[in-house]
Amino acid sequence: MEHITKRFPGVLASDDISLSVGEGEVLALVGENGAGKTTLMNILMGLYQQDEGKIFINGQEMRFHSPNDAFAAGLGMVHQQYMLVPNMTVTENIALGYKQAWKPWKLDLAKVRNHIMEVSQTYGLSVDPDAYIWQLSVGEQQRVELVKTLCLGARFLILDEPTSALTPQETDELIALLKKMTSDLSIIFISHKLQEVTDLSDKITILRHGAVVFNGNTKDHSPSDIAALMTGHEVVMPQNKEKGTLQAEALVVKNINVRSDRGFLALNDLSLSVHSGEIVGLAGVSGNGQRELAEAINGLRHVESGTITFYGQDITNKTPHDVIKEGMGYIPEERNTEGIVPPFSMKENFILKDSSAQTYNKGIFLNKKIIAQNASRLRKDFDIRSPNTEIAAGTLSGGNIQKVILAREITREPKFLVAVYPIRGLDLGAAQFIHEQLLAKRKEGLGILLISEELDEILALSDRVAVIFKGHIQQILPRSEADRRKLGMLMAGV
Amino acid sequence: MTKQFRILYKTVILLLAVLATMALGAIILLAIGAPVMKTYGVIVFAPLKNIGLISEVLIRTIPLTIIALGIAVAYRSGIINIGAEGQMAMGILATTAVALAIPNLPKPILLPLALVAGITGGALWGAIPGVLKAKLQVSELLSTVMLNYIAEQFYTFCLRKPMLDPAEMTTGSGTPQSMRLTKNIWLTRFIPGTRLHTGIFIAIAFAIIIYFMLWKTASGYKMRAAGASQRSARYGGINVAKYLVIAMLFSGGFAGLAGAVEICGVHHRAIQGITSGYGFSGIVVALFGGLHPAGIIPAAFFFGLLLVGGNMTQNAVGVPANMVQVLQGVIILVIVATQMVLSNAYLMEKVWRKTHKEATS
Amino acid sequence: MNVVVTILSLAITSSVALLLASLGEMVNQRAGIFNLGCEGIMSMGAFLGMLIPYSVGHGGATPGVYNVLGLLAATAMGALLGLFFGLIVVTFRAPQGIAGIGLQMFGAGAAGTLFRHFVGGTQSVPGITTPAIPILSKIPFLGQVFFSQNVLVYIAYLLVPAIWYILFKTPWGLEVRSVGTHPRAADSIGINVTKIRYQSLAVGGALAGLAGAYLSLCQAKMFSDSIVSGRGFIAVALVYFGHWQPVKIMWGALLFSLAQTFQTIIQSKGINFPYEFAVMLPYVLVIVVLAFDRESQRLGPTALGIPFNREIRT
Repeated sequence: MEHITKRFPGVLASDDISLSVGEGEVLALVGENGAGKTTLMNILMGLYQQDEGKIFINGQEMRFHSPNDAFAAGLGMVHQQYMLVPNMTVTENIALGYKQAWKPWKLDLAKVRNHIMEVSQTYGLSVDPDAYIWQLSVGEQQRVELVKTLCLGARFLILDEPTSALTPQETDELIALLKKMTSDLSIIFISHKLQEVTDLSDKITILRHGAVVFNGNTKDHSPSDIAALMTGHEVVMPQNKEKGTLQAEALVVKNINVRSDRGFLALNDLSLSVHSGEIVGLAGVSGNGQRELAEAINGLRHVESGTITFYGQDITNKTPHDVIKEGMGYIPEERNTEGIVPPFSMKENFILKDSSAQTYNKGIFLNKKIIAQNASRLRKDFDIRSPNTEIAAGTLSGGNIQKVILAREITREPKFLVAVYPIRGLDLGAAQFIHEQLLAKRKEGLGILLISEELDEILALSDRVAVIFKGHIQQILPRSEADRRKLGMLMAGV
Repeated sequence: MTKQFRILYKTVILLLAVLATMALGAIILLAIGAPVMKTYGVIVFAPLKNIGLISEVLIRTIPLTIIALGIAVAYRSGIINIGAEGQMAMGILATTAVALAIPNLPKPILLPLALVAGITGGALWGAIPGVLKAKLQVSELLSTVMLNYIAEQFYTFCLRKPMLDPAEMTTGSGTPQSMRLTKNIWLTRFIPGTRLHTGIFIAIAFAIIIYFMLWKTASGYKMRAAGASQRSARYGGINVAKYLVIAMLFSGGFAGLAGAVEICGVHHRAIQGITSGYGFSGIVVALFGGLHPAGIIPAAFFFGLLLVGGNMTQNAVGVPANMVQVLQGVIILVIVATQMVLSNAYLMEKVWRKTHKEATS
Repeated sequence: MNVVVTILSLAITSSVALLLASLGEMVNQRAGIFNLGCEGIMSMGAFLGMLIPYSVGHGGATPGVYNVLGLLAATAMGALLGLFFGLIVVTFRAPQGIAGIGLQMFGAGAAGTLFRHFVGGTQSVPGITTPAIPILSKIPFLGQVFFSQNVLVYIAYLLVPAIWYILFKTPWGLEVRSVGTHPRAADSIGINVTKIRYQSLAVGGALAGLAGAYLSLCQAKMFSDSIVSGRGFIAVALVYFGHWQPVKIMWGALLFSLAQTFQTIIQSKGINFPYEFAVMLPYVLVIVVLAFDRESQRLGPTALGIPFNREIRT
């Protein structure tokens, strides 16, 4: 790829990027969240068109107008969020791209099935062609994605954050598999996990703010060099070093059963307690009940049996409004669709939970002055980057949206905070800020339930670590006893 | 990107929208061989020719404003009310029932009572889809439409049986309508020689009330939040289900009020065809007025023009009055499409870069 | 016994419009678009269906080919209106609910305007006659109910397995289903989401147009402003009720048309029951069904109603 440039409204996503990969080589594309890695790969796969620049495959210039062109050139991609239709079988999903099986009036699924079995055998990727996608685990779905790209004739594989949803053991298996495949294929993989990068890749390209800051061979550099190059400065993420003093039990969840949207039991006899002034990190592969737990605590999901007690008060199945009134704070998983009202101004978003409060009302009308003052103050204190407080909150960057939510929740002086994936998708600067705030509040006595997929985050911040698997708490360890290997096994249900 | 460009860009888009509307309407006009520009001229300008015609436009502006205000409240709260026709009909029935039952109360008591009855009738009918959506997640798009048809049948039944004018029964001419209602509920016609009645002040008063309610109170904030992002509102502790029902009570109540005002100000009896089209026209007015009282009043006037002008086109240029419905449909389609274009920042940037490049190259 | 035969036979005859429109709506809903304008397309279809035979014969009998031309014109216009709707909701990504209402008003208004200009009044047409099938129609009871219908009835019911096959056994059907459930996945594997959605809307519109023509040529044998009276909306509701599956939709269409024929039977029997309440029945039934069939909300195409935008970064 040479001199690739791509613009989105208000953002230069790709700034004159050039990189190259040889046959049988593995290139790691590294950078913080928001650096532009996924965008670049989407250009390569024909999903986006570059504004400037050229792509060469085997020396020939290629112009990809759609993914079909990319497939024809032998490229295949496994996206970070799997591109599989849930209520179709594995065979049907692969048949969507397997044009050879498309006859005018009949879909030759048998042909697709045969090819799947062939590929599966050759590469040692076992998949059940007749299984529906929704029945498969995350690891199994990833195998399906790999088989899919191979069936569609990929000689060149792109993997976007392949290990983000895997346990440490599954990650090791995947890396071994990929190493084997390099005898046939070239690979680009995107990651921000330095361990994998050093294990697997031959070359590294580092992106920052959409531009290449480094291109070189992996074996020539140490992980810390790479980390520094990624962020442009030495970044030390805040660590929870203080020993907590045991305080009152703030939140006690006892034997709760909660159903998911699909009707399955998402939380199965789950029990957990968190004290004030302590951070309990909930580790686990996404999809094991984390969302349902956060929602149940906040009154957003029905608890079928069991109890949730908050400072001695039973809050099981209370309305969200009542739970908020009891002093619960919540940083939800999806900032845009659960945390803020995107079309409302930043100013209006700060009072989302307090629109009826005395402070913000004068008689029956809202007190515009106080609301505006509050907004300015928060914007300053939390270093939220925006031209003013009037702009629609939805137009802010991810990090700033998260800051708005954090500011709102923290300054309401809650007695407890449930934080779900608080730094997901944020650049290191914003992540650092948020972690600092969480630690500061912990010191002031706030109890925090931190739900995260990133073991680094959990290990850095928690006093105790709980592992959730299939809706049940496997074990709760004090921080001193929790290491990656142990947690990895618990996360996999061992 | 300069501010100038932004303004120019938006103006051009709006102009294109107007042209698209006229072009799409022209397709039908050309199909029937009517003179396109002359027809549009009649529709928009003919009703402004004299005081009498203008007063007729204003008479239609009144129910359009009231209904559109109600629809705007619902829309902003996240629920699309297509049922204004039915809610208006129920409001008319309630008002008529009160007027028939207790005609001898003095005007200062009976008139407000009649109006409140109209509001109540419409509000209750509107509450049905509201509750269905809040409690059972039934899409209001289908339930409100069905309730329109149900209300239409019920209305005809009432006019044919329980509320039938005794005079009709004896003469046997069979027109389903109620008898003339007592003068005690008549809204005063304050401009001699026209039918323009004091309902216009009611419409303006409610526009002001809605403005303050939605934008200046905590309840209004909650309703707008629920409409803008239902999930976030719920996560923020707002009782979305409650506000959905409240929004429909407002919306239905306003439609019912419009019906009551029409009875008390214009027709003075319940007849067939009072609602015809107002419920749907109200939706277009609400959208055209940007879902804001300040925009709805002029939009309602414009559509009053369309309605009066549309009645005149048959005689003037041989275009059936149904053409107004065509234009209303086209306007809705163009408005929703235009809104998407205007909010597409990516497109605006692309156009900026293309034109800017040409200027500098 | 006679009454039962009449009721059933009538129910089948009057189910066709609902069935055709609903099958069409199912196709575009499976691709992720719901089209409330179905009602308006049916209006236009009803008008065009009778226009050609009327223009030729002015109410008198005409050779059957003109009826066929009428049906074709209605179907073609339906497809065109479906594509037009696609322009608004696929290309411009406008909200489908309100846009559908706009299309309905456009269609109904256009049909009314054109009718008054070209035809006017309450002209009727002989329409499509009902040739009884030899032998089969002589079977007592079954013969009268099933085998004495007009040709479009058979076509409509044959479409049920045909559409089932197309949707579940052909590549195009696979594309349609993927686009309505996970358009991003379909896009990433090279399927043209926009094209598939336009195509499905064309199919949906075509069937709605045909359904409208059926109303004017086979059922009422005339055109009026109120000829469709909500059938298009009921057809949309039927798709939910039938869980987006052709066979279930077929049963739904029969059920609702039974409710509609109820009113005719009451009037013909001279029962002293206000006919308005009988007319209300199908509409009430829709609401009852929607209220109590909560399941259906979970079963629909996941991306139904959500415009697809490749450029939105998740």
